[in-house]
Amino acid sequence: MQDPLIIAGREYGSRLLVGTGKYRDFAQTAEALDASGAEIVTVAIRRVNLGQNPDEPNLLDALPKGRYTLLPNTAGCYTADDAVRTLRLARELLDDHRLVKLEVLGDPTSLFPHVTETLKAAETLVKEGFDVMVYTSDDPIVARQLEDIGCCAIMPLASLIGSGMGILNPWNLQLILEQSKVPVLVDAGVGTASDAAIAMELGCQGVLMNTAIAGAQDPIRMAHAMRLGVQAGREAYLAGRMPKKLYHGSPSSPSAGLITSCK
Amino acid sequence: MIQIVLNGEAKTLPAAMTCAGLIAHLSLTGKRVAIERNGDIVPKSRHDQEWLADGDRLELVVAVGGG
Repeated sequence: MQDPLIIAGREYGSRLLVGTGKYRDFAQTAEALDASGAEIVTVAIRRVNLGQNPDEPNLLDALPKGRYTLLPNTAGCYTADDAVRTLRLARELLDDHRLVKLEVLGDPTSLFPHVTETLKAAETLVKEGFDVMVYTSDDPIVARQLEDIGCCAIMPLASLIGSGMGILNPWNLQLILEQSKVPVLVDAGVGTASDAAIAMELGCQGVLMNTAIAGAQDPIRMAHAMRLGVQAGREAYLAGRMPKKLYHGSPSSPSAGLITSCK
Repeated sequence: MIQIVLNGEAKTLPAAMTCAGLIAHLSLTGKRVAIERNGDIVPKSRHDQEWLADGDRLELVVAVGGG
């Protein structure tokens, strides 16, 4: 595989990771996932709705078997304890599945990550043998602590979850990228394809998103756009952009051999 | 009859049953679910051996769409 994304020792061809929430139905979810080219897709763990018809379709049945690496998350958890319990249940549910996305929230309005609870949960989960991809703020000190604990990927926010505000602090992301030895993926805040491309141009190893696709007017088309945005950004990063020149233009065409007007 | 708390709600079961029995009682046999009993995971391999007791707190979960 050329230029694979390597997470917890496994290679992936796609650097776009996508969520499965907020779609109209499972058919649209499956179609968007297909258009995105993603190989890793997140799922949430929730209580069985005891009132519902037990024959109602199930997300896991709606996705082609074996095609995707599932990434169970702890979305909605506000304490380390709840996050750890959720992922233990996920591991059991998905047959000893180890790759997980840890996210512990600190505020129901902003959904900003609760970093001290996140650190606590990461510690426990790594000890229990989970491969932890961790959602966090763009604080480089916390990112380093999470890496030191043994998380297999650091996933700072670009802006608030579901906000579509794009990359608000590329400088902090850059600080995290420069210090990290494990993959850094932008998780949350991407709104459109250029945001994904910017994340990749900064040197991120990947981008994780949900609402930017599911909340688009045409989610399938946006899934495809995101696939191209991530690819374009990655290619540009690898190509190495030209240096920026302040205050001086530089012509693209030869300066010599210009016709001149007769005097 | 035994009294349990299932997914945060009090529930009366008509008779003593195992975790597998509870899943069948809820018409969920064969569905992908996971069970936590009093804070501990009950592995699938033990669903038909683990008997529920009065006062048990159970969580029964599935995977759903999410980011």
